[in-house]
Amino acid sequence: MTASYLALSWLDLAIAASLILLNGALSVWLNLKLERQFLIAAVRMCVQLGLMGLVLKALFALVSPLLTGLAVLVMILFAGHEIMSRQERRYRGPWAYGLGTGAVLFAGTLVIVFALVTQIQADPWYHPRYAIPLLGMILGNTMTGIAIGLNTLTERIARDRAAIETMLALGETRGTARRPLARAAIKKGRIPIVNAMSAAGVVSLPGMMTGQILSGVEPIEAIKYQVLVMFLIAGGTGIGVVLAVHAGAARLTDARHRLRLDRLETA
Amino acid sequence: MPILAPIMLRVRALTRPGLAPVDLDLTAGEAVALLGPSGSGKTLLLRAIADLDPNDGEISLEGQNRSTMPAPVWRRQVTYLAAEPGWWASNPAAHFADPDAARALLPRLKLNPALLDKPLTELSTGERHRIALVRVLIQEPKVLLLDEPTSGLDQDTTRAVEAVLRDHLAHGAALLFSTHDEELAARLAGHRVRLAGGRVSVGETEAAS
Repeated sequence: MTASYLALSWLDLAIAASLILLNGALSVWLNLKLERQFLIAAVRMCVQLGLMGLVLKALFALVSPLLTGLAVLVMILFAGHEIMSRQERRYRGPWAYGLGTGAVLFAGTLVIVFALVTQIQADPWYHPRYAIPLLGMILGNTMTGIAIGLNTLTERIARDRAAIETMLALGETRGTARRPLARAAIKKGRIPIVNAMSAAGVVSLPGMMTGQILSGVEPIEAIKYQVLVMFLIAGGTGIGVVLAVHAGAARLTDARHRLRLDRLETA
Repeated sequence: MPILAPIMLRVRALTRPGLAPVDLDLTAGEAVALLGPSGSGKTLLLRAIADLDPNDGEISLEGQNRSTMPAPVWRRQVTYLAAEPGWWASNPAAHFADPDAARALLPRLKLNPALLDKPLTELSTGERHRIALVRVLIQEPKVLLLDEPTSGLDQDTTRAVEAVLRDHLAHGAALLFSTHDEELAARLAGHRVRLAGGRVSVGETEAAS
């Protein structure tokens, strides 16, 4: 690293925060009544990131596999909860939480361990300075993909109920009947990451790369890291969405090839 | 009465939520009408026989127990047609493995064969329903489970549907259908089963006219 990294003072943050206050003032002036929401989100971000900073500082000082693993687990469980809370039609019983959480747990763990062991090769491989930020980026995107995929699946299955049941009544198997829906759901769940990859460098400068460049890393090196992370995110999202949608579709049919919408809560 | 005909579909103590246990026999070539007010369980019974909803009881086709065969194999032989059938492509032709065979059958149901290539959205409910009936008949199931096959049709068209169904009965199929049309039930069905509140009302199973 070079000495080009410019540390921020607390005063710098305070000056930037004036933009939030400016927006609040605008809202009051235009009588939009949106200032509260804006302010609360800003305060929430400060508190959450502040706590995260303390946790990271402690984790980096200790480099404990147990504590790092615990942090990883907590992050995954939060991601699972977020997937569930974004569902308009939830599954009944433990599936409501278990489906999305299971998929994000599998995909996230697989991709992060793969990356840490073979490409990053930190010492030790589970060093939280690499594991936590990388996992955060993978989880955030995988979670969004799974949430969209499952939402699309349940919405389409409920909407196309008559078509699916007619196929089944004519003697088609559950696999044939649910395939077009599963495909549509997987496609939709992967749209954000496909878009992100397509737009990267043309329309948008991804946050991680920008961050590294700001902290003085050579652009080419920063871009190499960004490409690696994009691949990890795409891999995690793809695996997570396929897993969640297939398990979710299987849960909505049974061994007698029936459509089981009773396994969803009534919307 | 054709008592000597072998039993094709045998239903014993068939039950599901909303339906008290039902016993029913259908012989080859026989038609049975399900009558009763809306919500009396006609659709529940038909769907349970097709195994489209979880249900309990003993059902067999020509002596072979339903539980011994995969559900898709059962449903190709014991086929249910919903009152509002579903579609998954933009025109009717795409729903047939052999659209030409379907086209040949359409005039008998007072339908223009060209309808098969029109967008589904341009067809009336009655037209779509008769095309859905063709989609079932063309697979030549042994037992037809039809949910209100003539609802919304005028007398002439009802007669045309009836004639096609009689043809299938003559070829050895069995038919169980729900209807609100007492005259159709009297004309077509050897037996009429009345349902009320999810159970067969005892003593009203009428003999053939």
